[in-house]
Amino acid sequence: MNSLTGWEIALQIGIQFTPVWVALAITLAASMYYKDRLGLYGHLFDSRVGITGLIIVLFWAFTAIFADLVATHDALSQIASMKNKKPGTQIRNAADGIYQYYLLGGDNLARDIFSRMVMGSRSVMIIAPAATAFAFMVGITLGLPAGFRGGKFDTSISFLANLVLAFPVILLFFLLVTPEIRATGVPLVLAGVLFLFPIVFFVVLFQSRFYTQPMKRNVYVATTLVLGFWAYSGLAFNADPLGVFYMDPNLLNIFVSVVFVNSPTVFRIVRGLALDIKTRDYVAAAQTRGEGSWYIMLWEILPNARGPLIVDFCLRIGYTTILLGTLGFFGLGVSPESPDWGMTINEGRKLMSIYPHLAIPPAVALMSLVLGLNLLADGLREQSLKD
Amino acid sequence: MQKWDYDGPILEIDNLSISFFTRIGEIPAVMDFSCKVEKGKAVGLVGESGCGKSTVALGVMQDLGVNGKIVGGSIKFKGRDLNTMTDEELRDIRGSEIAMIYQEPMASLNPAMKISKQLMEVPIIHEGVSEKEAYQMALQVVADVKLPDPERILNSYPHQLSGGQQQRIVIAMALMSKPSLLILDEPTTALDVTVEAGIVDLVKGLGEKYGTSMLFISHNLGLVLDTCNDICVMYSGEAVETGPIKEVFDKMRHPYTEALFRSIPLPGADKNARPLIAIPGNFPLPHERPQGCNFGPRCNYFDEGRCNKGVIEMSTIDADADHNSRCLKVEEIDWDAPIAAANDVEVVEPGRTILKVSNLRKYYEVAANALFGGGEKRVVKANETVSFEARESETLAIVGESGCGKSTLAKMLLGLETASDGTISLNNHDIESVGIQERNVDTVSSIQMVFQNPFDTLNPSMTVGRQIVRALEVFGIGVDDGDREKRMLELLDLVKLPREFAKRMPRQLSGGQKQRVGIARAFAGDAQVVVADEPVSALDVSVQAAVTDLLMELQRKNKTTMLFISHDLSIVRYISDRVMVMYLGHVVEMGTTDQVFAPPYHPYTEALLSAVPIADTSIEREHIVLEGDIPSAVNPPSGCPFQTRCQHKDKVGNKCETEVPPLRVMAGDHEIKCHLSDADMDAMTPVIKLANLD
Amino acid sequence: MWLFLLKRTGLMFITALCLTFVVFFLTNLYPNLEKLAKTEGNMRMTDQQVEQWLDTRGYSQPMLKRYGEWLGVVPSYRYVGADGNERGRCIKPGMDPAIAPNYCGVLQGDFGFSSVFKVDVSTIINKRLGLTGWLMLFVMIVMIPMALLIGVLAGMREGSKLDRSLSSFSIVTTATPEYVSGVVFIVIFASSAVGLRWFKGSATSAMTEITFANFTLPVMTMAFYGMGYVARMTRASMAEVMTAQYIRTARLKGVSFGNIVVKHALRNALIAPFTVIMLQFPWLLTGVVIVETLFNYKGFGWVLVQAASNNDIELLLSCSVVAVIVVLITQLISDIGYVFLNPRIRMS
Repeated sequence: MNSLTGWEIALQIGIQFTPVWVALAITLAASMYYKDRLGLYGHLFDSRVGITGLIIVLFWAFTAIFADLVATHDALSQIASMKNKKPGTQIRNAADGIYQYYLLGGDNLARDIFSRMVMGSRSVMIIAPAATAFAFMVGITLGLPAGFRGGKFDTSISFLANLVLAFPVILLFFLLVTPEIRATGVPLVLAGVLFLFPIVFFVVLFQSRFYTQPMKRNVYVATTLVLGFWAYSGLAFNADPLGVFYMDPNLLNIFVSVVFVNSPTVFRIVRGLALDIKTRDYVAAAQTRGEGSWYIMLWEILPNARGPLIVDFCLRIGYTTILLGTLGFFGLGVSPESPDWGMTINEGRKLMSIYPHLAIPPAVALMSLVLGLNLLADGLREQSLKD
Repeated sequence: MQKWDYDGPILEIDNLSISFFTRIGEIPAVMDFSCKVEKGKAVGLVGESGCGKSTVALGVMQDLGVNGKIVGGSIKFKGRDLNTMTDEELRDIRGSEIAMIYQEPMASLNPAMKISKQLMEVPIIHEGVSEKEAYQMALQVVADVKLPDPERILNSYPHQLSGGQQQRIVIAMALMSKPSLLILDEPTTALDVTVEAGIVDLVKGLGEKYGTSMLFISHNLGLVLDTCNDICVMYSGEAVETGPIKEVFDKMRHPYTEALFRSIPLPGADKNARPLIAIPGNFPLPHERPQGCNFGPRCNYFDEGRCNKGVIEMSTIDADADHNSRCLKVEEIDWDAPIAAANDVEVVEPGRTILKVSNLRKYYEVAANALFGGGEKRVVKANETVSFEARESETLAIVGESGCGKSTLAKMLLGLETASDGTISLNNHDIESVGIQERNVDTVSSIQMVFQNPFDTLNPSMTVGRQIVRALEVFGIGVDDGDREKRMLELLDLVKLPREFAKRMPRQLSGGQKQRVGIARAFAGDAQVVVADEPVSALDVSVQAAVTDLLMELQRKNKTTMLFISHDLSIVRYISDRVMVMYLGHVVEMGTTDQVFAPPYHPYTEALLSAVPIADTSIEREHIVLEGDIPSAVNPPSGCPFQTRCQHKDKVGNKCETEVPPLRVMAGDHEIKCHLSDADMDAMTPVIKLANLD
Repeated sequence: MWLFLLKRTGLMFITALCLTFVVFFLTNLYPNLEKLAKTEGNMRMTDQQVEQWLDTRGYSQPMLKRYGEWLGVVPSYRYVGADGNERGRCIKPGMDPAIAPNYCGVLQGDFGFSSVFKVDVSTIINKRLGLTGWLMLFVMIVMIPMALLIGVLAGMREGSKLDRSLSSFSIVTTATPEYVSGVVFIVIFASSAVGLRWFKGSATSAMTEITFANFTLPVMTMAFYGMGYVARMTRASMAEVMTAQYIRTARLKGVSFGNIVVKHALRNALIAPFTVIMLQFPWLLTGVVIVETLFNYKGFGWVLVQAASNNDIELLLSCSVVAVIVVLITQLISDIGYVFLNPRIRMS
């Protein structure tokens, strides 16, 4: 039985990622070619930091998409002889059609670490951006009126936001993400409230813009309501009649907690931006035209806050990734066998001093993704200032 | 560091060229610039924004930042070339021999350091004195700049002083070690007119007292006339005309200088008979400079083949007076030709009363301590019994400095605030208590506003066309999208902008162009009343003429009533039919333009008129400098609001401090709010008079 | 000024009440109580027996009343059981019911009894909080000066090589949460794999005596992550201040670069980072929990995890109180500091 040497392991891993390299090359080439027409995204290619970040993020995004092709084994299957084996160990008496080696070794339950790392990227790349997007919907819908109109609304919502922010995150997770909580329906209530925000946001968006043209407005609003409530019923309450939208209850728990934790910070940021922008003359011009408050907030103020918000969006996806890792680390992940990075790190750390290869791959993977997101955010910030 | 003596000119700039190196490449900012500052004299450097005058100043201080470099020529200070000095030598000179003052006084002072420390730093670094000695020196200088209570001022932080006081401190800081050369870069632009007059006075006096030479940079020709001995006019990085100030003003010999003078509203201009002539075209961008003469494309006397070939040098016009000009056709142009008579502009007579304001009051309640809350509420009287009428096709100017309540008045007219008392009647509808949200579309579209800051007046994220179309949408104009597009393009034609601008984003437009879009937007709904809040103050001098012209043309066409808010009395005199002067919320004088600009005056109007610099050597102004600053609206003076600074106060005993004056009607609807007796009023002499009547 | 302090303290108080009530509510939801009954009593209890068990121990009273009892403002329940024994919240085992106090809550200093550790909660918290205090102290001593130094050096000359390298370093640190850096550090410095056995991978011995060997890795892990954000904030603030006009004034007065940075820029640039440092505490708490779990340091964070995983309601509640109070105090200090350091606000 021979094991692969370090170089061979690296080479093989490189080969496994081929679909990702191809996709990456195509995307980058196309973007560079069209970079002048692509606005802020195009400007990103003028900054070294931005390109580096983008490459890393796209790498993981494509890995998540092509995970099935990149992984060598199934993330959950166990091969008894491979328990805790070093990277590059060959599988004795491998069955037909199965890849011969555990490229990064086997874990405590004899599963392939490389494949688990690759599959782990999927859950992160789906949950983190989605949760961040929802947090942004909530934060924007509450932060704009708080900053623009102020008054009692501002005081009360700011108080609530401070309340949530003062709550230690780890404590909140331990309280919310437990099996017992599910039975009480608290997550469902939270989901019900939080998932309404995107629908409200888009309805108000269309109404404020098109109220002078009732026909157009009705079309937009009706579409939003239909699509929105359809998804809402499925995701929040698992009551989708057509069965398209569904979220695992455990996942729902995690999702809701992460959105809940992130919203107050977004609220604060949006409120600060609104306070700043509302002093500009073009806002006063809109007011003297008789525009409604929501039009001013959504169409005059928000587009001009997009620079800092886009930057924060990237940073926040990184932060959410870390949060998800923390959840996994404390065993609060989606399911005990899932290849979630945080959980694999936690499982691996107990034997770390003897078998370092257990915890290092997911740790490095997580760190590289967050690093890529941070670099991307930095590049965006640099370029949006030059606009 | 020892200061050395030198017999010749303090500052000699020879063929200076400065360029900035950016991603796009080398951008020349200053080209072949020469200038001399003699000992004890003041040289004015005049030009519009972007012409390179501030860059010259920074070049002298050798502080051009990472991108800038001097690529040619020399700058000799007291005989020694500054370019060849080491960093340490430069540090020695800065602050002790050459000092610089620039535009925003609040930003120039360190907010976290006490004034005393900031002042004392200068002699401690340069003369090595002890702290005690430095403190004494600081006290002395603060007294020199005429600030009361020097000890208290030294012990305060910058934000506790007013704008005028801050600028005096900045001047004090510059003078701490008696520099030989003082560079002033637009030192009064951010200040109120009456405060500006005080600073100008101070600077002149100090120059005489200490014998400091000065390089005074400004875009205001009148200001330069008041303070300098020589002048140098810059255009797009080059000096186009230099010479003694009276020479250049009386006998200008460059087309740009001539065009500049014709575009500013001097007392001789009249909107109907002798209108302002705007300079056509646009300022060339640094990397798009034309061949030959930079001013060529916009020049009335442009000669194809001559003026756009080769390098054009400075030619001497009068060697004795040291008057030079960079024009090939100096001898050929007839400089004394009378200005071509304007097309017959029919004088429009005002029509019926559209807007009537009676006894309008606006009081705000503020907490005594904004951050911490609590304390009794104080009342800020932003507007106090304002009454006026405005008629169709009439321009009513509202004049005043900061804190006079003009912005609050504008807000109440547009519905952004509601009145505390009194009435506003638009077309016989009372709107004083109807906020903007409750007004119907007709009312909203009847009264619109043009805003001050062109850079903020348009939404940066929307195309120009869309913003105008949105205004049309909201006012309910046009039956469908296509119709509105058509109207939008017509509006662009109206404000003389090319139709393709509809697809451009605001950042691609210049300040003047943005302001035109703002005007188009205001007129989109065929407004009956347009409130223009300082619409041209933030624009370059040559652009101001064009925009002012546009406003007047639109007013003539649409018979709009225009309320023109401004602090610039020159433009006010040019453009308005009637004038209303405000001070600290009160209307202190109102009447036709001629009535207000001639005696009898309210003492404030008198001081205001004397403070405005006028770029005409044939005009003499009375010299009235007001003491102190504009009082705060939170703590207004008792009795007449102006009594703390009025120089006629003692003529009426102490009535001014106890009673608010009544509004008296002088000849023909001319109202003045003052206690002075009729005899005193009659004794007033005109502030602005022609030195010799031609 | 005093009015401001009073208002903020009052607000803090109300926030603390709200937050502790939320924790109380969440930990006392029915399924948790059910689990408690089954662990304490009999794993095979029927639902009826569970209800009865809870009833006799006062768990069925309305939520607000029980919260009041816990606080110590509402007198405790008393219940006479079928066997004639009187039971009550404040009646400890072995105590004579007649002399037992009526009020026993947080206000009286009684934090309850831990079901996991079988001792009074206050004893546990006192001991463990102290341990964590030492950890936090060392982390702060390492993290704050380093972060500020990095930020100032990077920001004072924006775009320079020093700035770029320090900024890259800061970005890497913000991307490395404690469970990543801890793992990597242990593997490199404390395991047989790389061989550099400079430090110990477990900090249990640090509970009795702190040495370089057993404390360096935990402190480094926490400081590493926490320093990134503060350094970047400081850098941004410093860079902004250095482009301000008053710095140009100082330069044109002839002040040397070093003096400009130290005497003119620093005071203004450090206002924002100060508030940021104070507001880092809630996130540092998460870090404490992770690090203590990772390095087996049985401090406050470790206790919190034990309480949460084992459904020890009393302990969990008290831990939450402590955590919330720490966070709120740091928020208060941050607000006061911001006002104090900024002359514009202080003097108005």
